[in-house]
Amino acid sequence: MLNIRRIPIPALVGLVLTALFLFAAIFAPLIAPYGNGQIVGSVWEPASADYLLGTDNLGRDLLSRMIYGARITIFIAVMATALSFSLGAILGFTAAVLGGWFDTLMSRFVDLLMAIPTLIFGLVVLSVLPSTLVTLIMVMGLLDSTRVYRLSRAVAVDINVMDFVEAAKLRGEGTIWIIFREILPNALSPLISELGLRFIYAVLFLSALSFLGLGVQPPDADWGGMVKENKDGIVFGIPAALIPAAAIAALAISVNLVADWILNRTTSLKGGRG
Amino acid sequence: MSSPILKLVAQRIALGVVLLLAVSVLIFAGTQILPGDVAQSILGQSATPESLANLRAELGLNDPAYVRYFNWLGGILTGDLGTALSSGQDIATSIGGRLWNTLFLAFWAAAVSIPLAIGLGLLAVRYRNGWVDKLISGLALASTSFPEFFIGYLLVYFFAVQWQIFPGISTVYDGMPFLDRMQAIALPAAVLTLVVLAHMMRMTRAAILNVMQSAYIETAELKGLSAIDVIRRHAFPNAIAPIINVVMLNLAFLIVGVVVVEVIFVYPGMGQYLVDHVAKRDVPVVQAVGLIFAAVYITLNIVADIGAIVANPRLRHPK
Repeated sequence: MLNIRRIPIPALVGLVLTALFLFAAIFAPLIAPYGNGQIVGSVWEPASADYLLGTDNLGRDLLSRMIYGARITIFIAVMATALSFSLGAILGFTAAVLGGWFDTLMSRFVDLLMAIPTLIFGLVVLSVLPSTLVTLIMVMGLLDSTRVYRLSRAVAVDINVMDFVEAAKLRGEGTIWIIFREILPNALSPLISELGLRFIYAVLFLSALSFLGLGVQPPDADWGGMVKENKDGIVFGIPAALIPAAAIAALAISVNLVADWILNRTTSLKGGRG
Repeated sequence: MSSPILKLVAQRIALGVVLLLAVSVLIFAGTQILPGDVAQSILGQSATPESLANLRAELGLNDPAYVRYFNWLGGILTGDLGTALSSGQDIATSIGGRLWNTLFLAFWAAAVSIPLAIGLGLLAVRYRNGWVDKLISGLALASTSFPEFFIGYLLVYFFAVQWQIFPGISTVYDGMPFLDRMQAIALPAAVLTLVVLAHMMRMTRAAILNVMQSAYIETAELKGLSAIDVIRRHAFPNAIAPIINVVMLNLAFLIVGVVVVEVIFVYPGMGQYLVDHVAKRDVPVVQAVGLIFAAVYITLNIVADIGAIVANPRLRHPK
């Protein structure tokens, strides 16, 4: 059914790169040539046969740090996306099905949250919360769930008035059944294409936070944190900070290409929607 | 004719004020009522009971939350933003010059990116599906995927280090000559421009293409106007309302971009100030600066609404 030759080249590039990043993230300890915090050489050595990408600001192997960084970056972004999706989708569907005060209350609250730029509110909250992975995932997931909420609610409101939902209500199914068995399966395809975009957003948000020194704390580092560690080298002409920054861009672009392709596929199957 | 417009505008502004009040509650709640004690999280786990009690008294944490909120809000409304915990300085005084610096940077980024985006958007419509158009789509993909610091450090690496045209660190000071100041902000303004440009171009293109499908455009084409004239005289005036919206949304986006960009270039603005004090867990500063950012963001959104109402008569008569 899925013929590899019929995948457009941009999507193929995206798929291969995404798979590569995932592979690096999952098997980090097996493929990294050196340990994550292991100091192997002097500071900011250029690329060589021993250190394929050179060394970082403390003399650690940059390639190994990049591979471990992929693990942290992707792990946090995946967890935050999973949280924002489950929370946003369930609340959005519930609001659409129940309507009434619950819908009004939730929707106005989401409007309010979205009236503050996400990064700014994230910074405000992080100023009092402890800097741990759990806080980071919770804050990113909760803030981003507002967008998922809006989308899921809009999709569910359309589905909620369809005949099969009406039939399920008439035969006495409860709200839980309506949400998970009637609405969820029919809302999946628009939500899945949104999934890619939310993941990219999570990667960029995390990178920005870590770059500002408020995300993942040393000695661990995600890619944004690695940019921060190596940024002082830039003015001496040492491009070490550009490598993790480029990796973030490459990950975001490849996921974007895949998401675009999935969006086109699902919409053409559905025969419409733009 | 003007009174219904005024009424609508007044409604939007009133709505904005209510929203801003609600946002101030949220920002206050976000820093005060979260699990754990603010004093504890500022001082860390090793704090002695005495220093905790002192800090609680200094922050007024012994009062109930709503009392503290109204004290805080009352202070802000009278121009008193409180004092910074870390330095003991008056926040309003420290912010003054920084706010001006940030607005200066954002203004020049906007002054370059808006005409450029609209012009390129028009070009993309004129040569749609050609290489110009494809290039713009590619740029839009890149700009939604590139983190600001990637663009920022790339520019620093080439323009400041390799070719040494512009400074890589944007130092500005009071009484700096205008041209020196412009040279100092060249790179940060360029990063901000690149971050918002592609999105603005793409939305401008979409807005004009939408109008291009109308019957009056076909009439204009059939009566023999040149392609540029069709766009300039018929399509563009009708596309202004959505374009104003896009421009305002992107200006609001600049607000967020400015935080990261100021840190990249060590530019003495509001974003840098906010980030420094989040790291120091200096809650009064974070609240004040967060509220200012939110206020600017909300104001821009209201201006976008009002601009759309003024530009498009159809929006003045809600169904």
